[in-house]
Amino acid sequence: MLDQSYYRKADEIIEHYGRKASSLIPIMQDIQGEYRYLPGELLTYVAGEIGIKEAKAFSVATFYENFSFEAKGKYIIKVCDGTACHVKKSAPILEALHKTLGLSKKKHTTDDMMFTVETVSCLGACGLAPTVMVNEDVYPRMTPESVVALVEKLRGEGK
Amino acid sequence: MGTMIIDGRKVEFTDEKNVLSVIRKAGIDIPTLCYHSEVSTFGACRLCTVEDDRGHTFASCSEEPRDGMVVYTNTGRIKRHRKLILELLLAAHCRDCTTCVKSGECNLQMLAHRLGVTQVRFENTREIREIDDSSPAIIRDPNKCILCGDCIRACEELQGVGVLGFAYRGTDAMAMPAFDKRIAETDCVNCGQCRVFCPTGAISIHTNMDEVWDALADPELRVVAQVAPAVRVAVGDAFGLDKGRSVMGKIVNVLHRMGFDEVYDTTFSADLTVMEESAEFVNRVQAGIKLPLLTSCCPSWVKFVTDHYPEFKENLSTCRSPQGMMSAVIKEYYRDPKHAAGKKTVVVSIMPCTAKKMEAKRPNSFTKGEQDTDIVITTTELIRMIKNSGIDFAELDPEASDVPFGFGSGGGVIFGVTGGVTEAVLRRLIPEHDKRALDEIAECGVRGDDAIKEFSFDYQGTKLNICVVSGLVNAKNIMEKVKRGEANYHLIEVMACRRGCIMGGGQPPRAGVRTKAARSKGIYSADNVSIIKKPDENPMVMALYEGLLKGKTHELLHNQEY
Repeated sequence: MLDQSYYRKADEIIEHYGRKASSLIPIMQDIQGEYRYLPGELLTYVAGEIGIKEAKAFSVATFYENFSFEAKGKYIIKVCDGTACHVKKSAPILEALHKTLGLSKKKHTTDDMMFTVETVSCLGACGLAPTVMVNEDVYPRMTPESVVALVEKLRGEGK
Repeated sequence: MGTMIIDGRKVEFTDEKNVLSVIRKAGIDIPTLCYHSEVSTFGACRLCTVEDDRGHTFASCSEEPRDGMVVYTNTGRIKRHRKLILELLLAAHCRDCTTCVKSGECNLQMLAHRLGVTQVRFENTREIREIDDSSPAIIRDPNKCILCGDCIRACEELQGVGVLGFAYRGTDAMAMPAFDKRIAETDCVNCGQCRVFCPTGAISIHTNMDEVWDALADPELRVVAQVAPAVRVAVGDAFGLDKGRSVMGKIVNVLHRMGFDEVYDTTFSADLTVMEESAEFVNRVQAGIKLPLLTSCCPSWVKFVTDHYPEFKENLSTCRSPQGMMSAVIKEYYRDPKHAAGKKTVVVSIMPCTAKKMEAKRPNSFTKGEQDTDIVITTTELIRMIKNSGIDFAELDPEASDVPFGFGSGGGVIFGVTGGVTEAVLRRLIPEHDKRALDEIAECGVRGDDAIKEFSFDYQGTKLNICVVSGLVNAKNIMEKVKRGEANYHLIEVMACRRGCIMGGGQPPRAGVRTKAARSKGIYSADNVSIIKKPDENPMVMALYEGLLKGKTHELLHNQEY
């Protein structure tokens, strides 16, 4: 069960965009912006409030990679695995991250809710390959060593 | 308006909404998997692809006809296209055809055969997913889904329920309920239209045939069948008989041969429903309470009301459905040790409907702590059982149903079509019995294929406003109007499936325009030949009120709560 405050927040966001089907995506974006993920219960709630079927809302939410039903860490690390980054050896970077954070292809977020590691297809910064993004910041020309160092630095800041 | 040239022949078109309809009108059965004229055009399967005179190929379902348009439906190129499309669809499809419950009525299988796909070059790399058998009515097997979206559009556009949707993207895409919930955990009303629309075995009926065979094989049991009105007009064509022709007599015979001890007719309890519901209707109209009266025969509709319009629960008729009344009466009859003769009675209900399987398990379908209807099978399952038995159905002599619950009036038979319940109630309301009076009712607006029929009927100086609806999405629109105070009805009859039970979720699927019309005609013909048209003329019904039902109508014929 979600806390009542989640529903109040959702109400606020729904009010802002209007109770109509076309508000779905902006509402979901704002909810995810607020909580760093899209709680499933809220998606059901929003669907009911704006008058669309739950299955439809789920359909839209799962269509876009960006929406996540799982709570994400404070730092979302996106490892680019587009063509340029891939040939510049992004795979060992991902491996190093998984190893140092105890994550895997199935487990994306650390238990302390500090880090989430994802791969993305292209960050559009091929000249800087291999590239990693942490939240809104881009880190160019990474190596397995530098990415581990980055994680250590963030861990220090995050505490 | 205009003329198209299809495969070199001139074809006139008028208001056809797409090229596909014009091609079909010209007598060419172009293959489709995702096209249904009753829901929106999706254009996903691409099997209806045709070629124009400039060599462009396009999906004919998604193109409007134009005057002078030239199309070719069967060029070598088109044939290769279609075959490849099917091969690709089959690549990600389970290939257990011989053991699939849909085998023989699967569109995908039929098209693969028709288009000559004899091998699939690609390996199926999709992971095997769990089958959802949580619902009493339908089974969802994602491994057989071809993503045509037919179930999604049927559920959303025809029924307004919208339990299913596409989820995820690309190779991960699936048709499923939100959050991959099990069907039983959703708002599914069990109407089974998704199963009717599904061209493969991805959605099928939750079958109960084995339980029936087991009961029939048990000498300790008395197995009693009741056969719903709409069943009799949907069995014949599976055995090469005329579409829509009532074969009730043959059904009775075949059930006796299979080992049923007694075969009763649900039209009998439809008469009971009319007696009870018309009395209830008159009471409410006179008292001016709980109006509009909402019919309660259709379990999908009842669930729809209790789920989405709980404030109208009181408006639902308290009458049990004909299935419910029949089973309760049968069970009560055999509670008498004189009738029981030491045997336990099992009631098997044969229905056009998948939702009846759910209704039988509803808490209000129990009397004296006992489940009234033990097993529900659909028309589709009955046909399968007949085939399984090997009995030559077409050659069987008709037999009469058994006494004392084997006879219903014409008013009971027409329960199988939309408007039938209302028409039977109106027949009961008038004192006249002559043909002219009954014809007047038939012509008051209650009959016909329209999804929403509104008309008024004069009852002893009171103008009764009546609405007859089929298709839940239409019922939803009407309920919204009632809610807003824009509509003032005395009676709303709702059947969840378009055209009523003759097109129920348990009927043989793939019924085209002709089959639909034939089933409707078959029901009205059965009414036409009934000597007795009104329930109060049915001597067996009146005898029951004087006997078994005395002091028990409330307990046996009404739902204690919803």
